[in-house]
Amino acid sequence: MLGKLTWAAIPFDQPIPLVSSIVMVCGILAILAFITFKGWWPYLWNEWIKSTDHKRIGVMYMILGLVMLVRGFADAIMMRGQLALAQGGNPGFLPPEHYDQIFSAHGTIMIFFVAMPFVIGLMNFAVPLQLGVRDVAFPVLNSVSFWLTASGVLLVNLSLFIGEFARTGWLAYPPLSELKFSPGVGVDYYLWSLQISGLGTLLAGINFTTTILKMRTTGMSYMRMPIFCWTALASNLLIVAAFPILTATFAMLLLDRYCGFHFFTADMGGNAMMYINLIWCWGHPEVYILILPCFGIFSEVISTFSSKPLFGYHSMVVATMAICILSFIVWLHHFFTMGAGADVNGFFGIATMIIAVPTGVKVFNWLFTMYGGSVRFTVPVYWTIGFMVTFVFGGLTGVLLAVPPADFVLHNSLFLIAHFHNVIIGGVVFGVLAGYTFWFPKAFGFTLDETLGKAIFWCWFIGFYLAFFPLYALGAMGATRRMQHYADPAWQPYMLVAFGGAVLIFIGIGLIAVQLIWSIRTRDRRRDVTGDPWDGRTLEWGTASPPPPWNYAVEPHVHGIDAFWAVKHKGKELHKVSESRYEAEHKPHYETIHMPKSSPVGFISAFFAVCLGFGLIWHIWWLVIFAIVACIGVLLWHAWNTDRDMNITATELEEFDRQHPGLGAQL
Amino acid sequence: MNTAVLDAEGRPVPLSQRGPASTWSMISFGFWLFLLSDIVIFASLFATYAVLSTATAGGPSGHEIFDLKNVFIETCCLLASSFTCGLMLLSAERRQLKNFYLWALVTWVLGAAFIGLEVTEFSDLVARGYGPTHSAFLSAFFTLVGTHGCHVTSGLLWLLVMVAQVATLGLRTMVVRRLFCFSLFWHALDLVWIGVFTIVYLGAAHA
Amino acid sequence: MSCVSLTRTARRLLGICGSAWLAAGLSGCSYALMDPHGPIGRQEKLILIDSTVIMLAIVIPVIIATLVFAWWYRAGNAKAVRHLDWDYSGRIEFIVWAIPALVILFLGGIAWISSHDLDPPRPLQANTAPLDVDVVALDWKWLFIYPDAGVASVNKLVLPVGTPVRFHMTSAGVMNSFFIPQLGSQLYTMAGMDTRLNLLVDDPGTYRGLSAQFSGDGFSDMTFDVNAMPKADFEQWLDGTRTGGGTLDAASYEMLTHPSEREAPHTYGTVSPGIYDAIVAHPGLAPSAAQIEHFESAD
Repeated sequence: MLGKLTWAAIPFDQPIPLVSSIVMVCGILAILAFITFKGWWPYLWNEWIKSTDHKRIGVMYMILGLVMLVRGFADAIMMRGQLALAQGGNPGFLPPEHYDQIFSAHGTIMIFFVAMPFVIGLMNFAVPLQLGVRDVAFPVLNSVSFWLTASGVLLVNLSLFIGEFARTGWLAYPPLSELKFSPGVGVDYYLWSLQISGLGTLLAGINFTTTILKMRTTGMSYMRMPIFCWTALASNLLIVAAFPILTATFAMLLLDRYCGFHFFTADMGGNAMMYINLIWCWGHPEVYILILPCFGIFSEVISTFSSKPLFGYHSMVVATMAICILSFIVWLHHFFTMGAGADVNGFFGIATMIIAVPTGVKVFNWLFTMYGGSVRFTVPVYWTIGFMVTFVFGGLTGVLLAVPPADFVLHNSLFLIAHFHNVIIGGVVFGVLAGYTFWFPKAFGFTLDETLGKAIFWCWFIGFYLAFFPLYALGAMGATRRMQHYADPAWQPYMLVAFGGAVLIFIGIGLIAVQLIWSIRTRDRRRDVTGDPWDGRTLEWGTASPPPPWNYAVEPHVHGIDAFWAVKHKGKELHKVSESRYEAEHKPHYETIHMPKSSPVGFISAFFAVCLGFGLIWHIWWLVIFAIVACIGVLLWHAWNTDRDMNITATELEEFDRQHPGLGAQL
Repeated sequence: MNTAVLDAEGRPVPLSQRGPASTWSMISFGFWLFLLSDIVIFASLFATYAVLSTATAGGPSGHEIFDLKNVFIETCCLLASSFTCGLMLLSAERRQLKNFYLWALVTWVLGAAFIGLEVTEFSDLVARGYGPTHSAFLSAFFTLVGTHGCHVTSGLLWLLVMVAQVATLGLRTMVVRRLFCFSLFWHALDLVWIGVFTIVYLGAAHA
Repeated sequence: MSCVSLTRTARRLLGICGSAWLAAGLSGCSYALMDPHGPIGRQEKLILIDSTVIMLAIVIPVIIATLVFAWWYRAGNAKAVRHLDWDYSGRIEFIVWAIPALVILFLGGIAWISSHDLDPPRPLQANTAPLDVDVVALDWKWLFIYPDAGVASVNKLVLPVGTPVRFHMTSAGVMNSFFIPQLGSQLYTMAGMDTRLNLLVDDPGTYRGLSAQFSGDGFSDMTFDVNAMPKADFEQWLDGTRTGGGTLDAASYEMLTHPSEREAPHTYGTVSPGIYDAIVAHPGLAPSAAQIEHFESAD
């Protein structure tokens, strides 16, 4: 009746998961109870859960990322704590069966359920505003994408207290991930939650590629798009091209596990090396999916706060698209030690180094954006400078690892761990936090507290160096990754320093929550009444903060890069007229517009996706069939729904603009 | 071709500057992207098949178990159904309801025949002890060809839904757009089948 | 919470950790990769140091320039000359593409040449005849077979100094990676595959060996000692092992395939010939006596 599910699945005998599960469940119940008590359900359902508004969906992605950051970081600090203790005979506090799940969950959560939601969330919020349009190409699909990602999150969190998680590392290499060596439900939780959220990500990739290529406001040719939109385009093209590889590869592993196929088994002709090739054909583009939009954020931030156009815009575009294409021909550098031979290793090593060239070009262009500018040291600029200093070192170690014989002694060592955290934290995390701070006033109408923002930066910046530079040293000492304990006492001081760094980052994460709560409570002091708190350059700063659901009452007409800057500084100059006459001559012409209605399809289909995933994991076949039928039912309901749009009248548009006077009307 | 759009000075405005594209343009472009992503899935399966095609684990190779006659009939059914699908779409665009239903039915029957033949091929192989659990090669074969078959089956279900949509909602723009997407999907499956036919079946015959 | 006091606290913390770090560094702990005892490891150390130095020559100026530009062009600096419309310079573009390209060209050359020079299967030159060692990675222990001598050892690798060693490696099940940091390159061990690695030990001593690819719950204990000794002592060890008892055949190998952790090092005085080839030919399974015999003559 319930497949493989029994009471034994709940970890009554394991204190750490049991306590964490109880805390998590109680926390969720408390939040649900609070919402019910306050009577917020109708508001949440109508305004957020059903929303097809890219701005709301973007915010929800960010919330998802922040919540999962806490879970992923809890795993990290447990790992650091274990390694700080477990030297010589000391077993630490996490037995191997448990430790293996923790490092697997840490990697899976951080990449798929923290970094991806953050990046997709920021692209969701900013891209349509920057393009001067009212929403993405497929708003209902956007909602579906978000809720499918949330389904994946739910399934991964369920594994904490019903069953177990994978013990294979975040990429689940076979034969270890095959049924023979991983007979439990852990790998199934991993595979199904990622298949479901992977579908959501793929749909988002299609959505954003279509939006950027087919939906820009009048006059905005490709070379007049904000640089963030170019990097978003590159990232989404990569999603469309790479995520299907992940889907196919996981499908094959699932067929091995569920139906006894032999794609990657040790016996009957299976070839585990095929999995490794396929998974890294996805895996390398994935890290560029994460970093490219962050490069875009840094470009926007540094040019805005230097009061100067981005240096070498054309060059940046070329570099971005070069990185996009090159990211597909480097995958083998993740397994130089698998024995492909000198010619193959050499080719991929050189290809990997070539990708460092456009990346280097970007760094120089950011430098020259600051040169001759007037740099304001706001929190996003702190993150950007911190990134530039940190990321180049991560790039150095990356190019070092790209030399195959260097990799022969550094592969899978703590040096590798230090390298990729160097580029992911220095690049993606710093970029996301910069973007979060940068666009927060646009989303909510007030800025975040600056002092707390700087404190968060210093905690992360110093914490990162303390946590990971010892790992570079440990790698050079021959320490490998995924160890649960080690013998050499000389390693322990480094592990202790690393633990100290993790504690500092923990404080930084805590301060993010404190900053948010404090900023909300004192928001009246930092209201953004003009819609342009930073003296911005791109179109989104010409809207109210927060923008109305329709973003732009009248479609802006754009004549060059940094269109909003041009309006602010050239408009009146050119015409040499008074502001009131300029406004009178440029009075916008309002017309009724059509906007998509909100839709429950996303949430409901995701609910059935969770049922489907859970049923498949535990072999509850009736639940699987029910969920498939229900999903088809939702699809059919949506197919016959002809009531999808609503009108917003010219009067409503004009009224909103009257209440929010600003330069927006002149766009 | 593009209708000329001129700016205030009479110069032609490039397509990239004309503002958001039409709904039709966006939907067909988005669907093309989806098809490309689907083809990447097939590419992964093709690559896996190529690598595993010799991993027969002591069992039979493709040369020994494939029935090229059956495959030929399957191919004829599928290619013909692509043609009739085109006729179906033309009828829809010309608002010829009766012809639409006729060609939809023929397309469906031909597609169902393809699936029927493929199912018999698979069950025959399994009955003879050459099921997908017997070697890596067989796993790869069944998955590649089977995934294509699942896509065709989904297409058949989709076609039923489209006929129901036409019957209940008429040939309104929303429905015709979806028919267009369906036909793109159907033609793409044809293309993939040509790849399957060539690499799997003909490739084995000439191994 | 003032920014100044926070920075002061941060600096203090940094100071404490920094000195702990230095103390650890000066305590003479072994940076295995910087202390190689074989030609492969020595060449790899050279690549690590040279590549790092070349790249630091770019990275350090970039880091300094970032901090200097940001500080000099800060909004409050009245002395800085502003060029608020300057966003392109052909000459600078040329340089910013050229510098990374030149560095990468150079490093790419190093990568290509060294990939070939240090390709794991490449035989090493020395005056002595090479020694063959077959390696099987099991859960969670290492089996070393000396096919010419007809002996085997679990979790302890004994090698003669100055002799090129030709490793043939496979796995009984999941992937592992055979790695002796002070000798040089690691290489994956995979079921059904026979990977080839060539190493040489210059100096006698005991070195640490491990698996560098996660393989399950017992992974952390999958370490082994490498005892390098002069050739004569090595021959003595072989003789002692031959008379020491224990047989590695189908039955005892099957026992080894059962998962075990922290297995004490032990040896086998007799080895069924062809057992390694049989293990490679039947991936994921323990070969039967008949299957082993099939490979007996195929050496």
